[in-house]
Amino acid sequence: MTKARPPIAMLAELTHRCPLSCPYCSNPIEMARQDSELSTDEWKTVFRQAADLGVLQLHLSGGEPATRRDLEELVQAAREAGLYTNLITSGIGLTERRLKALDAAGLDHVQLSLQGTTPEMADEIGGYNGGFKRKMQVAEWIGAIGFPLTLNAVLHRRNLHQLPRALEMAVEMGARRIEVATVQFHGWALKNRDALMPTREQAAEATRIVQEARLRLKGTLVIDYVPADYHSDYPKRCMGGWGSTGLNVAPDGQVLPCHAAQTIPHLSFDSVRERPLSEIWYEGSAFNAYRGTDWMPEPCASCERKTVDFGGCRCQAMALAGDPAATDPVCIKSPHHVDLQARADAHAAAENAALVYRTAPGKAPEPAE
Amino acid sequence: MQPAEIPSLPRGVRLHWDRVRETWVLLAPERAITLDQVGHAILSEVDGSRSFGEITAGLAAKYSAPQEQIAKDSAGFLGALRERRFLEVA
Repeated sequence: MTKARPPIAMLAELTHRCPLSCPYCSNPIEMARQDSELSTDEWKTVFRQAADLGVLQLHLSGGEPATRRDLEELVQAAREAGLYTNLITSGIGLTERRLKALDAAGLDHVQLSLQGTTPEMADEIGGYNGGFKRKMQVAEWIGAIGFPLTLNAVLHRRNLHQLPRALEMAVEMGARRIEVATVQFHGWALKNRDALMPTREQAAEATRIVQEARLRLKGTLVIDYVPADYHSDYPKRCMGGWGSTGLNVAPDGQVLPCHAAQTIPHLSFDSVRERPLSEIWYEGSAFNAYRGTDWMPEPCASCERKTVDFGGCRCQAMALAGDPAATDPVCIKSPHHVDLQARADAHAAAENAALVYRTAPGKAPEPAE
Repeated sequence: MQPAEIPSLPRGVRLHWDRVRETWVLLAPERAITLDQVGHAILSEVDGSRSFGEITAGLAAKYSAPQEQIAKDSAGFLGALRERRFLEVA
């Protein structure tokens, strides 16, 4: 196996705490408790180790990163380490005063999530009354300060009809970029497939709207698009290839090849509390488990697309095929593909499915599957 | 790009020396673009006050190359950055 190259991006999940409880949250079902979170000084050490390792882009996420009272101090430390700092936030917990402090600390960019384009939709999906109104206020402050802004619109069966308005809102807010992200079914979203799975028609319509908007808004708004996964014929190039470009540090310091990697039971993860980040990246067993192409069985091993999509998502292979080394069932070459398409249509046709909201870390019991 | 137009890097887009890979990169929102020598030479001249014409004339003198060729190459490179909103033009 060729030696891994240094990672470009690191997702720092500062906390799993969040005022919202979105039913598609990418946090694991078993969240890290507040008392297990890395301290300010521990995070600062991780940022310096990341920069030494070759990380350029730092994504400060959560949960809601603004829940950490030391966010401003962490941003400053990350900038001093030489990292490009990106805050991934719902906006809730940010005040004008805190945004100005983040500006002074050197924050480079803000990615603001959008749960819906109306208060009714956004507050229902986020499970937080008044959240939409607050977010619009935060967006104004972001614009006034002049932070570069990306709007991250998370779309699913309930709100896909709001895509045209989401594009308009991004332009109105002065965002340079919008991420049109159809929900990916991991973590909490896996429990909500009946409620959130888009129909095949919705998925096709979204693609059409994005293609039209890309032409119309060229030079004004850059549109990144994550299409509906289950309705596709080829899987996603997950994480740009396992252990190839990015890594994820969980609130308690565990280092993961992707945010859902803990759903693969045979993997064990190193912690920044016990090993240097560089050693974890190059030598950690979890990172080497699916790095490159040597681990691949057929049909991936002889597939001409094996370095295009790296067999798709390992966590999805685990969740849907029961085998993390299997071809992602989204792939047309997977023996599970036909079944998955039928299941996707059945989920999309489910009526009156209630939303299962994510819970707070370390408090409520796990919801039933 | 017209000779009189003035390019600038907007907030959140900056040149960065990548000491691990030993190369210049352009850091932008959620992106890092590896720059070759030509790309770095052009962006180093972008200061938000000099016009595209002045920049290409300066590069032509510095590298003893025809300005026409430099203008053509630079316009393609800067145009691609502009389309991705990594460059503003006044």
